[in-house]
Amino acid sequence: MEIIEHYLYTKEHEWINIEENVGTVGITEYAQSSLGDITFADLPSVDKEVEQFEQLLSVESVKAASDIYAPISGRIIEVNDELTEDPGLINKHSYDKGWIVKIEISDMDETSNLLTGDEYRSYLETLERDDHQETEE
Amino acid sequence: MSVTLLRTPLFEEQMLLGGKMVPFAGWEMPVQFEGIIKEHAANRQGCSLFDCSHMGEFLIDGPASSFDHIVTQTIADMPLKTCRYGMVLNDKGGVIDDLIVYRMAVEKWMIVVNASNIDKDHEHFKRHLKPGAVFKDVSFETAKLDIQGPLSREILARLVPGIAKLEYYSFDTFDLLGERVIISRTGYTGELGFEIYYPWDKAKVVWDVLLADKRVRPTALGVRDVLRIEMCYPLYGHELTDEISPWEAGLKKFVDLSKDFIGKEALLEQEKAGISCKIVHFASLSRRSPRQGHFLFSEQGEKIGEVVSGTFSPALGRGIGIGFIKKTFTNSSKVIIFGDDKFKEGSEIVARPFYKEGSLKS
Repeated sequence: MEIIEHYLYTKEHEWINIEENVGTVGITEYAQSSLGDITFADLPSVDKEVEQFEQLLSVESVKAASDIYAPISGRIIEVNDELTEDPGLINKHSYDKGWIVKIEISDMDETSNLLTGDEYRSYLETLERDDHQETEE
Repeated sequence: MSVTLLRTPLFEEQMLLGGKMVPFAGWEMPVQFEGIIKEHAANRQGCSLFDCSHMGEFLIDGPASSFDHIVTQTIADMPLKTCRYGMVLNDKGGVIDDLIVYRMAVEKWMIVVNASNIDKDHEHFKRHLKPGAVFKDVSFETAKLDIQGPLSREILARLVPGIAKLEYYSFDTFDLLGERVIISRTGYTGELGFEIYYPWDKAKVVWDVLLADKRVRPTALGVRDVLRIEMCYPLYGHELTDEISPWEAGLKKFVDLSKDFIGKEALLEQEKAGISCKIVHFASLSRRSPRQGHFLFSEQGEKIGEVVSGTFSPALGRGIGIGFIKKTFTNSSKVIIFGDDKFKEGSEIVARPFYKEGSLKS
């Protein structure tokens, strides 16, 4: 499963790429693959204030709706409008063209609550192990 | 919790093809292979293959009168080698199951039922069947492979030329890879298609041979539900339950009131008293999709019903849903709102089916 080393991650499978005080947010390869074909993204409005780990938006796949959480607190300064017409970009390019929002970060210390690329990779391995055990049982 | 899920003879084959397995009606079944959008295109534009071996099959030896009173459709006048859709009702007029009856000979029948209802149906048929008739449940001996899509006839006819002459809702027995089997021109997708009933322990061979033609794509339960919603076909547990009558579900044309059957009295009473809710098919005004459990509201915001099936429709590029609303609700603008406590979205009531371009009768 592809992971970008210098991004930070949540256990809910969101990523954030921080440049200066702005974080670009999307969902991981693992998330897009478990959701399946994404058909709708309920994009939040620009200027909205969000809190770390609170609901940021919901995305829908053909058969289900899922919540995406904010990896960090701040103000939304841009949303990826291309997702309105082509939400499948999240599936095809989850780590770049499928980005969802840009957040002006209000508290950089919150990054300590996030996982590094390495930590996220280990976390995915534990999930796969659990999955495997369940199947074995 | 430890529940042993049943597996069809094609379980390993489907695992190898990357099927994502989920529990369904007591079975471990694939929900998708390549992804629902791709599988949808395969079915609507090419050819798709479903493993439906989990479904139930019963054989009845006896005259039409031995089970005519158990099903809602007319069976006495069925020509040989034709199929007919109908329902089995409880004495309150609620639906125990929906099913297809196959007339194999004057006094020989096959009945195909939903996987989730095999035990319930089995018991109901055995209890109500007229003496003298012989009932046999062959669900676990019979695999079922559905080959569906505009190219399905051309592809299947390479193996079984005879199927090319089958008309919609008819069947025959054919030689397929050394077995004499029933193939019917039926399906659940709205496209031209065939259902192959094959011996359980030999089904792998047919599956592999069909998929050897690269135009045939494996497809699974996820897209099957999308395709049937696009066609407004009912699914037991959603549009049909023990509590919902064929009147409410909009399936009156599959009920023959000129004969006697279990549940008829309740239906007649319901017809006299008037039903309290009716089925509605609606298409979202956006890509946002209705989901089972969402509520339905009038434009004025009054709660008028509930969604029982919902999905994104790849064919329409918007959300579509099926629900039940109060019979008293009428509006000329055809607008209806769906949603929950988090959001509301507009939709328009449309005539069924949602998808009208299918190759079903081509």
